[in-house]
Amino acid sequence: MGYTITEKILAEHSSRRYVRAGEFIEANVDLALGNDITAPLAIKEFERSGKKKVFDRNKVVLIPDHFAPNKDLKSANQCKVLQNFAQKQRLKNYFEIGQMGVEHALLPEKGLVGPGKLVIGADSHTCTYGALGAFSTGVGSTDLAAAMVTGKCWFRVPQSIKFIYHGKRGRWVGGKDLILHTIGDIGVDGALYKAMELTGAAIRNLPMDDRLSMCNMAIEAGGKSGIIEPDAITRAYVRKNGASKIKYYKSDKDAVYPEIREYDISKLQPQVACPHLPSNVKDVGKLSKVRIDQSVIGSCTNGRISDLRIAAGVLRKKKIKSSVRLIVIPATQKIYLQAVEEGLDEIFIKAGGVFETPSCGPCLGGHMGILAEGEVAIATTNRNFVGRMGHPKSFVYLSNPAVAAASAIKGRIAHPDEV
Amino acid sequence: MKYKGRVHKFGKDVNTDEIIPARYLNTSDPKELAKHCMEDADARFASKVKKGDIIVAGKNFGCGSSREHAPMSIKAAGVSCVIAESFARIFFRNSINIGLPIVESKRAARAICAGDQVQVDTVKGVITNFTTKKTFKAEPFPPFMQSLIKAGGLMNYIKKRKRR
Repeated sequence: MGYTITEKILAEHSSRRYVRAGEFIEANVDLALGNDITAPLAIKEFERSGKKKVFDRNKVVLIPDHFAPNKDLKSANQCKVLQNFAQKQRLKNYFEIGQMGVEHALLPEKGLVGPGKLVIGADSHTCTYGALGAFSTGVGSTDLAAAMVTGKCWFRVPQSIKFIYHGKRGRWVGGKDLILHTIGDIGVDGALYKAMELTGAAIRNLPMDDRLSMCNMAIEAGGKSGIIEPDAITRAYVRKNGASKIKYYKSDKDAVYPEIREYDISKLQPQVACPHLPSNVKDVGKLSKVRIDQSVIGSCTNGRISDLRIAAGVLRKKKIKSSVRLIVIPATQKIYLQAVEEGLDEIFIKAGGVFETPSCGPCLGGHMGILAEGEVAIATTNRNFVGRMGHPKSFVYLSNPAVAAASAIKGRIAHPDEV
Repeated sequence: MKYKGRVHKFGKDVNTDEIIPARYLNTSDPKELAKHCMEDADARFASKVKKGDIIVAGKNFGCGSSREHAPMSIKAAGVSCVIAESFARIFFRNSINIGLPIVESKRAARAICAGDQVQVDTVKGVITNFTTKKTFKAEPFPPFMQSLIKAGGLMNYIKKRKRR
């Protein structure tokens, strides 16, 4: 019996020749991440432990991105905790405003994560880095504190579900649609405690930004991680972003999968997740009567340069509906600058939208675009739970950037072909 | 350990945004968080809950974000134990790590009603409903997790191990 890519990475990091799904292991982490919501608790626990120095100042990453730029006094104090700790511990990777970006867009861009690495983050969307062939998963603040002390984290080795995607994507269909379709199929706990291994011809042809979107949302199916075997696209990305000490793993042909699911995506329409669960997925065409107040394009799911290019392509020389607020948020400074250099910012502004500084912002109802009672948003973000973007009686629909842009023009949920 | 209290019942897929909305995450003070516990699932929960009360919920309790503030707010609100059909994995880890007692039991989670008086014996793995006089078996934790719970959470566990 062979081993999955996930079992192989976990074995290597726990100094074992083999590990099998179900085993409890303690593994060395290559990177431990925290943000302005989760790190203050972790830092408190770390300091209570009596340990003076973190296990490796190069391997602890702190990013104030959720409520930064500081939205209020309390948030400012939380961010200050990170800054003080980063200075005291001389952390190599602390990213202040100006260098900062939404963590799961920033880390791949900086080459801090790469194939074969084991990454934990006190943020549920840490599963994003599986797109690069890493084992990477979200944990809590206490896990982060323990990792800062010991350099280790405990895991139950997950079983893997294999998802095979066949066929050629339609023009307006991206990684976001593939993963929404999958979550719609298996439900918000369809991959509970399991690794989602994404493969098939459609994945092999999928650009890295789309792969990152897909693995990002593994958690929305309850997954412990999402992972894609590295290939030529991965190698090209890694060369460009300069991740070091990487290792390419592949699942064995006779690896064990308790479940295999296959999808033919050639006829797949852009997908939209309706309130209040990411699994409540419908074809975009079925929702053309849903009026919107706000369209948000950004986040760790879809705030990368290719997402902005797609949105700008739809919005070029067009105006959004006057009743709609269009909010575009590049996920990192580098993406921001690239968008400016390509003139994408001008397209968004001329269309009637705003182009904001990198932040998680409205995705989690933090700031920079909160919904009032009764309001409806379409967003390229990852969650549409009750109250996620503001008032408990507001409504969030999740989509790809082309649909979000087209909907801003129409003032209702719209297929990009309509504009 | 035995936990005894009155039941508050919730449905399936209760997520961390409902347990503690992000608008309150600019603090990590447990007392502040407790004031808003379960607010977007039941706005009156924080005013109704009494020390020792028990939450009973459907499948995938605590899905969504990694915020440890979710189990913290439940613990700080006075809830002694959470029974669910299943737990989302980060919530599960966080609860074990911070010492919020949780137990999985499909049958108990389905049969127990709001207002019932229930006792959870986490050592024996037995849930007793005094109101309906029924008992249920809880899923036992794997030995590794039992050692974490016994140590009083993850930080105490690593401290104790270092001493050894």
